[in-house]
Amino acid sequence: MGLFDLFSKKKSSGDYAKDRLKLLLVSDRANCSPDIMEQIKNDIIEVISRYMEIDAAGLDIQITQTESEGGNGSVPALYANIPIKDMKAKAKSVK
Amino acid sequence: MSEVIVITSGKGGVGKTTTTANVGTGLAKLDKKVVLIDTDIGLRNLDVVMGLENRIVYNLVDVVEGNCRYKQALIKDKTYPNLFLLPSAQTKDKTSVTPEQMKKLVDELKKEFDYILLDCPAGIEQGFKNAIAAADRALVVTTPEVSAIRDADRIIGLLEANEIKKIDLIVNRIRMDMVKRGEMMSIEDVVEILAIDLIGAVPDDENIVISTNQGQPLVGDHSLAGRAYFNICKRVTGEEVEFLDLTDSGFFKKLSKLFKKSN
Repeated sequence: MGLFDLFSKKKSSGDYAKDRLKLLLVSDRANCSPDIMEQIKNDIIEVISRYMEIDAAGLDIQITQTESEGGNGSVPALYANIPIKDMKAKAKSVK
Repeated sequence: MSEVIVITSGKGGVGKTTTTANVGTGLAKLDKKVVLIDTDIGLRNLDVVMGLENRIVYNLVDVVEGNCRYKQALIKDKTYPNLFLLPSAQTKDKTSVTPEQMKKLVDELKKEFDYILLDCPAGIEQGFKNAIAAADRALVVTTPEVSAIRDADRIIGLLEANEIKKIDLIVNRIRMDMVKRGEMMSIEDVVEILAIDLIGAVPDDENIVISTNQGQPLVGDHSLAGRAYFNICKRVTGEEVEFLDLTDSGFFKKLSKLFKKSN
């Protein structure tokens, strides 16, 4: 370990491996292929777009883990980050 | 009561066969009557690790096809008269045996043996299905690497789906010096990720290579790996054994550890 490592807070490769694995296993266990994730993403865009204008390019969805409210450890969760451009724009056009 | 244990991993090269040889030999050392079955048809290995490759006459496929009785195919170990090997066939292919045939054979072996260990091939195809069909419990072997752990996770899912009631984890080839530097996932990390019970960890020990060269499992000798494997055997039988300190630490290392803790 060099002197610089002592001062920099760079993640060690062991931590890096652990983080990669955790994410990998969440999607493995959910049995969600990238194709399916893409479909889910497109469906979400379609539904939300009926009510408001969103930034489709900035939309980010992923399966991660979260502490369950029932207190039985961590459970998979679908996180979606959907940037809204305009709340009202599309709502008006809905007849 | 006899117990049927499958040793599996998903990924190849993580130490299934070495583990089967050592756990089997260790159980024999503990006075159990043990049979090891190599279910990797087409690529047999367990006979070589056990140093019994020159004694093979009949194999697993001969037994299930009825070319011989199972007693004719069993090879007695060099050291332990209560340890036997049923070798795999080298020239047949994976589909030569079905899960039903394995179950039938194992049921017969149960009458005679305390432990039946099934050395599973890598992968999740026919050979894997054969090996797990008859098993009561599983030892999942992994190394602290992303690819091996990912495959182990998949295997655990399949074992659970096949209603294997007891699934224990062996973390193989751990290097505590690397763990300390943060350059390898720790045993705790692997257990946390896979979320099954740990039955033992085996250090990356050059004595394993030497013992495989000689065809003599090292379980129970004074090497760190030999002690780790023997502890696993005791835990398999239900005995509670404290986990080894795999750092191979002398007095000074232990002392420095104490100082680190107090900081």
